[in-house]
Amino acid sequence: MVKTNKEMFAELEAFIAEHNNDSAELIAILHQAQHIFGYLPKEVQEFIAERLKISAAKVYGVVTFYSFFTMKPKGEIVINVCLGTACFVRGADKILEKFETLLNLKNGETSADKKYTLTSLRCVGACGLAPVVQVNGKTFGNCTPASVDQILGQYK
Amino acid sequence: MSINLFLNGLPVSAEAGQTVLQVAKENNIKIPTLCYLFDKTTGLTHNPAACRVCMVEIKGRRNLAPACVTEVSEGMEILTNTQKARLARKTNLELLLSDHPKDCFVCEKSGKCELQKLSEDLGVDRLRYEGAMSKSNVPVVGTAYTRDDAKCVLCGRCVDACKQYQEIAVISATKRGFATTISGEFGLSSNEIACINCGQCVKVCPTGALLATNQTEAVFEALNDPEKYVVVHTAPSTRVSLGEEFGLPIGTNVQGKMVHALRLLGFKKIFDTNFGADLTIMEESNEFLDRVLKGTGKLPLMTSCCPGWVKYVEHYYPEFLDNLSSCKSPQGMQAALIKSYFAEKEGIDPKKIITVSIMPCIAKKFESARAELGKDGIPDNDISISVKELAVMIRKAGIQFNSLNDQTYDSLLGEGTGAADIFGNTGGVMEAVVRNAAFLIDKQETDVDIITLRGEAGITRSTLNIGGHQLKLAVASGLANAKLLLDAVKAGTESYDAIEIMACPGGCINGGGQPEHPVDVEYSDILKTRHATIRGIDKKKVHRISAQNSEIQALYKDYLKKPGSHKAHELLHTHFTKR
Ligand code: SF4
Ligand code: SF4
Ligand code: FES
Repeated sequence: MVKTNKEMFAELEAFIAEHNNDSAELIAILHQAQHIFGYLPKEVQEFIAERLKISAAKVYGVVTFYSFFTMKPKGEIVINVCLGTACFVRGADKILEKFETLLNLKNGETSADKKYTLTSLRCVGACGLAPVVQVNGKTFGNCTPASVDQILGQYK
Repeated sequence: MSINLFLNGLPVSAEAGQTVLQVAKENNIKIPTLCYLFDKTTGLTHNPAACRVCMVEIKGRRNLAPACVTEVSEGMEILTNTQKARLARKTNLELLLSDHPKDCFVCEKSGKCELQKLSEDLGVDRLRYEGAMSKSNVPVVGTAYTRDDAKCVLCGRCVDACKQYQEIAVISATKRGFATTISGEFGLSSNEIACINCGQCVKVCPTGALLATNQTEAVFEALNDPEKYVVVHTAPSTRVSLGEEFGLPIGTNVQGKMVHALRLLGFKKIFDTNFGADLTIMEESNEFLDRVLKGTGKLPLMTSCCPGWVKYVEHYYPEFLDNLSSCKSPQGMQAALIKSYFAEKEGIDPKKIITVSIMPCIAKKFESARAELGKDGIPDNDISISVKELAVMIRKAGIQFNSLNDQTYDSLLGEGTGAADIFGNTGGVMEAVVRNAAFLIDKQETDVDIITLRGEAGITRSTLNIGGHQLKLAVASGLANAKLLLDAVKAGTESYDAIEIMACPGGCINGGGQPEHPVDVEYSDILKTRHATIRGIDKKKVHRISAQNSEIQALYKDYLKKPGSHKAHELLHTHFTKR
């Protein structure tokens, strides 16, 4: 079931109320908001600022400071290529490149049809399997450029 | 507690809790600073220790210490002038410069830039580090001020000015690391965020990152257009600060020279916004007495001459919109009369008139652009420039300001009483209203020196007997104080008949468009001196009550009939909207 915008805002409103509209809870509230909306668009940040009685600049400052928060909507299929040291020395850059070519996306972008998001992260703690790729939370180890085709094949 | 320590090998004494920077300053050693900011009058303290250009050596410590945040201790041996300390300060500065556009030739801040001054003081003689630039050099233009992120050194002074002076905090550090940018939400310009354009952030910015949006070329253009009739008017507090731009002592009264300079620049008529200020008092004291005696409107009556404060109410306290006096500001009244009363008297087509105001303030630029302050899409006040911008024009025109003799304002809208002069100081508008209200009720001049209202800092509360009425009045300086006062009124813990608020701490003499001084000149001294000059001007005036202004008397007789008349409402009053 896809929630309507109204339902999502109501859910966020309730969460903020649970936290007594306390601006010290900003980070927890942003986490929840991103969980609800999938990302943190302007309207959501302005809504939070208003409810917490802090400036939108402050909210925006926090959102843009932490790399976890994103202002861009994510696709249905989120591909995370690990670029941590272990993965990197074992050719993660080649893997990222392959994804970029196949999906015609740059690192950090989402396809126009909102189907794929390609991003990278630093070390998922599975260095024994390097290089590692995560797709919607599922981990693929010992990747090679060739296995990129295979992985994508599973997510059409 | 007094402690003893050594500064560059010599014994000195200090108070516990003082910083190395303060102790050095007291002992005639200036340690360079960039991010540090301290204002004694309001207690504003900004010391993030971010820039590291204040590094000193402390015997026994392995690392150098930032002087601005390091507290002194008993027996401490501070060395400010060692090779190591000097080199570190210089290197840190050079690294800052590596991510700064080196376009001083075309930067408006040149000559007044703290970064430029530091490079000179610390002996930067070549640019040793070259690297990527973190931000593009594309200004984000707002009506009141312009932001150029590439020139920002991330000192954070602006953020704290907004937060501590105004408690607005509408700008913040955003993004992270190399990409860190100081801005409002989503990088928007000042017009699109809940900023009130007070310009306190602009005033504390050490570089050209924040500058009043320059409109001097538009004024020159109008002056060069033979089709235009260009009129100028100058705000009360401009005369006590403009001289500073030409090296005259802080607070020198240069009214006569300013008028002369404006005439040399080619303005057809030179009027005094003090006239508009007296008129504001006439209308506002009338409105005040009506509200108090006849219950015609909400109390407390709140002053509405400060455009920063007005926008603040529109954004943050819309429940008080009806408390605001419906009077236009002095700039607004003056400008409305130039294109009506003056134009009619002189037989000039108002469409040909360009009205320029010289203001201590950059929020006045925003006020000028308000759609409701004009007729048929033509603004009453076409261009508002700051004292600093006027100084630029005078320099560009090659006018030797300091050698000019004194000239006087043109008549019709050029007379001002002492009540208008004190508009420049926090508490002045209230004092002027009280003088006039008492005069109107008692029909005679009583004591005009209402010392209890002279609240140049913090909040001043006072109960006065005006014409047999006990009236409770309050004055707040700066919006952090205004907020305290408004919240108390809202909560019902305090109640007043009238409240005066000026957004800039200390009033217009500390406006966002006023001349700046090097960091080692104490803010509090600048303000005190300008305040005192204003008081002196008022004291010497023959007329110190707005109703005694003869041009104002003529205006009512010939044109407006009486304060609050239909015509007065049409020309001199306005309305406000929730934002
Ligand atoms: S102009 Fe005033 S309100 Fe606006 S950001 Fe600067 S200090 Fe804050
Ligand atoms: S804009 Fe100016 S005051 Fe603000 S952080 Fe940048 S350099 Fe400092
Ligand atoms: S002035 Fe001390 S670190 Fe900036």
